[in-house]
Amino acid sequence: MPAPVIAATNLVKKYKDFAAVDGISFEVAPGESFGLLGPNGAGKSTTMRMVGAVSTRTSGDLSVLDLDPNQFGPEIRSQLGVVPQSDNLDSELRVRDNLIVYGRYFGLPLSHVKARADELLAFAQLEDKAKSKVDDLSGGMKRRLTIARALINDPRILLLDEPTTGLDPQARHILWDRLFRLKEQGTTLVLTTHYMDEAEQLCDRLVVVDKGTIMAEGSPAALIREYSSREVLEVRFGSEKNAEVAGMLDGIGERVDVLPDRILVYSDNGEAELVRMTERGLHPITSLVRRSSLEDVFLRLTGRSLIE
Amino acid sequence: MSEQARTGAVKPRRFGGWYVAEHRFRVMRSYLQTVLVTGIGNPFLYLFAMGVGLGSLVSQNLGPDAVNGVSYLQFVAPALLCSAAVTVTAEEFTYPVLLGFKWNPTFYAMNAAPIAPGQIIDGIVYSVIVRLFATCGIYYVFMLFFGAVPHVWGVVSILVAMLTGLAFGTVVMAYVATIEQDSGQVAMLMRFVLLPMFLFSGTFFPLSSMPWFLQWIGWISPLWHGTELSRVFAYGASEPLWLIAVHVLYLAALFVVGWAWTRRIAARRLNK
Amino acid sequence: MISTDSRLVASVSRLRPMRSLYAGNATSVMQRGWLATRSSNWMVILSGFFEPIFYLLSLGIGLGSLVGTVTTSTGQAIPYVAFIAPALLATAAMNGAVYDSTWNVFFKMHFAKLYQGMLSTSLGPLDVALGEILLALLRGALYAVGFMIVMQALGLNLSWWSILALPAVLLIAFGFASFGMGITSYMKTFQQMDWINFVMLPMFLLSATFYPITVYPEWIRWFIQAMPLWHGVELVRGLTTGAISIAMLWHVLYYLVMIVLGLVLTTRRLRALFLD
Repeated sequence: MPAPVIAATNLVKKYKDFAAVDGISFEVAPGESFGLLGPNGAGKSTTMRMVGAVSTRTSGDLSVLDLDPNQFGPEIRSQLGVVPQSDNLDSELRVRDNLIVYGRYFGLPLSHVKARADELLAFAQLEDKAKSKVDDLSGGMKRRLTIARALINDPRILLLDEPTTGLDPQARHILWDRLFRLKEQGTTLVLTTHYMDEAEQLCDRLVVVDKGTIMAEGSPAALIREYSSREVLEVRFGSEKNAEVAGMLDGIGERVDVLPDRILVYSDNGEAELVRMTERGLHPITSLVRRSSLEDVFLRLTGRSLIE
Repeated sequence: MSEQARTGAVKPRRFGGWYVAEHRFRVMRSYLQTVLVTGIGNPFLYLFAMGVGLGSLVSQNLGPDAVNGVSYLQFVAPALLCSAAVTVTAEEFTYPVLLGFKWNPTFYAMNAAPIAPGQIIDGIVYSVIVRLFATCGIYYVFMLFFGAVPHVWGVVSILVAMLTGLAFGTVVMAYVATIEQDSGQVAMLMRFVLLPMFLFSGTFFPLSSMPWFLQWIGWISPLWHGTELSRVFAYGASEPLWLIAVHVLYLAALFVVGWAWTRRIAARRLNK
Repeated sequence: MISTDSRLVASVSRLRPMRSLYAGNATSVMQRGWLATRSSNWMVILSGFFEPIFYLLSLGIGLGSLVGTVTTSTGQAIPYVAFIAPALLATAAMNGAVYDSTWNVFFKMHFAKLYQGMLSTSLGPLDVALGEILLALLRGALYAVGFMIVMQALGLNLSWWSILALPAVLLIAFGFASFGMGITSYMKTFQQMDWINFVMLPMFLLSATFYPITVYPEWIRWFIQAMPLWHGVELVRGLTTGAISIAMLWHVLYYLVMIVLGLVLTTRRLRALFLD
C-alpha cells in the first residue's frame, strides 16, 4: 500500500469542555475516495476543517501530505481543494472571475489561471454562465461552481463537506457524475455526508461517525454485510399500534427495529417474512421490501436514525 | 362561510396600519440602543460643537447677535432640530422599506395576512411619527438646556421639524419603494440628496450668503422651508406672511403626496 | 516524493518565520477587491469623492462669510475656508478608510463568508489583512488626490509643503484602516457596528475640524488631543498652511504606532477567527 495522503491518530478537537471530535483515527490512500458518514453534529465538519488546515487540533496526530497542519497550513492548503458545506462564492464577482480570483490566491500566474478557469467552466457545465452573476445561478450550478473553484489549483486532495445537501434529485445526479469523473482521473476525494445513497455511490471506503468517534469502518458493501441483512422489510401498522405489534413478531427476521412510524425487519428474504407475518394474522397498512442500506447500518450501530 | 371571512377581516381592515406600526416598534427595539444614543447624544454634540464651539468664532468676528439679530447658537439650533428630524426619516423610510420589499420581504408576508398594501405604508408612517416625536422632543429639551430658544412659541418648532422630516421622508420612501434591483441607490441618495440638502439649505448660515447659483437648492429643499418656519417660532425671525404660507403648504403637500404615492406603488407591487 | 516536498518546505519556513501568517500574496486580495469594485457599483465609490467637496463649498463659502479669518494653533491668521479644507481632507481619509475596513469587512466576514474562502487557500491571515487595508488606502488616496486638486484650484494650498499632505493622508488612512479592521473582527451584530459611528461623529465634529480647540476648557482639550483624528488634522493643516515644525513628527509617530498595533490586532484576530 502506498504512503497515505492523510493520516489521523487519536485526533481530538475540544471547544471549551465540549469534544466535537473525540479520538478519531483513520488513513486515506492516494487516489482513494473516502467518506465520513454521520448525522449533523457528529464531528464530520470539524474533522474536515482540521484536515483542511484551518482548525488547530486539541490533541492527537494529524499529517496531511506528510506535513503537520499546525505548522504548514499554507503549504497544505496549497495542495487542497475545499468545498465547504455552504457555498461561499464571491457574489460581488461574476462566475468566471470567481475562478480567476481564487486561483490568484494560490499565487498562480494569471495566464495559467485564465486557461484553467475556462477548462473548469466546461467541466462544471457552466460555459454559458461565465459572465453571469453568482446570485443568478441555481443551487446546483452554485455547487458546481464551488467545486470548479476548488479544482483551480489542481489539488491533490479534494475535500467536500456535504456536497449535495439541499439540492434537488436531478442536480444531485449531475454533481455525482462530475465527482465520478474526478475519481476516474485519480483525484483523492474526502467527503462528508449524511446521505447513505451518496456514500454508497461515491465512497470506496468510509467511516461511520457519531458523537465525535468512529463507530465502524469499511467499504459500503462490507459495512452492510457486517451490520445489516441483505434485505429490509418495512411495515406500518399505524402510529398507535406499531409497538404493540412488535411484541408479536418473535421469530420473524434476523432482527427487528421499532421506530415511531414503522417497524423494520432485517432478513435475507423480505417477501418471505411478510408472508409469515400475514400467516400470523398481522396485516400491515403498508409494506415495502428493499435492499439494505447504510441507514440501516447506522441505526444498528447507534440505535438512532441518521436524519432526525 | 363568507360570514366568517367577513368578521375575520373587521379588525385588520380597521387597525391594520397599527398592527404594522406595532411590528415596526418591535423591530426598532432591536436597535433601541442606537435610537437612544443618537437621540440623546446628537443634540448635545451638535448644539455644543456647532452652536457653542463654532458660535464662538462667529461672535468673535461679528459680535454676539451676529446672525439675524440673534446669537449663532440661537440661529443654528432650529435648523439642527429640523436636520435631526430629516436624518431620522432618511433612515426609517429607506432601509426598512428596501428590506421589506426585497432583502427580507416581510411586506409580502403581511400582505398574505389580511393587511392591505396601503396599510403597510400607513403603519410605517405611524411608527416614524412616534419616533420623530420622541427624537424632536428630546432635541428641544436640549435646546432649552443650552438656552438656544428665546421665544415661548419655540415649542411649535417640534411640530415643524416633524413635518419637515415627513415631507422629505415620504417622498424618499416613494422612490425607494420602486427600487427592484438594488445597486446602492440608497447610498447615492444619502450622498447626493441628503448631504447637499443638509449643507446648502441655510442650516449653518443664511441662504443669502450663498452665491445665487446655489440658492435654488434651498428653495426646493424641504429642509430649508422647515428651517425657516421653525426659526419664525423659535426666535421670531421676520418672514412675510405669504412665505410662511408657502413653507407650510409646500411641506404638507410633499408629505401627503409622498404618502399617497407610496401607497399606490406598494399596492401595484405587492398585488402584481 | 512527498518527503522531498516537506524538506523543501521546512527549509523555506526556517527562512521565513511568518510563513503560517503571511504567504506574500496580499496583491491577490487587492486584485479581488479591485475586480469586485469594477464589476459592481463603482458609482457609489466614486461618489465618496464629492462628500468633502460639498462640505468645503458649503461651509467654506457660506460660513466663511460669518467667520472671517481664523487663528491656527501656530498663530497664523488664515481665511476660514483654508482652515477647514485640510481638516476635511484628513476626515475624508478617515471616513474612507473606516468605511472600507469596518462595514465592508463586517459584511464580508458575516454574510459573504469571503475570508473563510480566502483562508482555505494558501493565503495567510496577514495577506488578507494587508490586502484589504491596502485597497482601502488606494481608495483613500484617490479621494485625497481629487480633493487636493480642488484645493489647489481654489488656492487653498498655502505652501509647497502641501504636496506632503498626500503621504500624510495615506498615513492617516492606514492607521484607521488597520485599526478599524481589527475592531470590526470583534463585532457580531449591526447594533454593535453602530458604536463605530458613535465614536466617529464626535471625533469629526470636535477635533479642531471646524474651529480651533482653544475654545474648549483644558480637560476637554486633553481628551481631544488623545484622539487620532486631531493628530491627523493638525498634521495635514500644518502641511497645507506651511507651518512646519519638528513637533509634527509626534503626529507621525502616533500614526505609526496605530498602524503597527492595528496590523498585529487584525492578524491575530483573523487567525483566531478562521484558523483556530
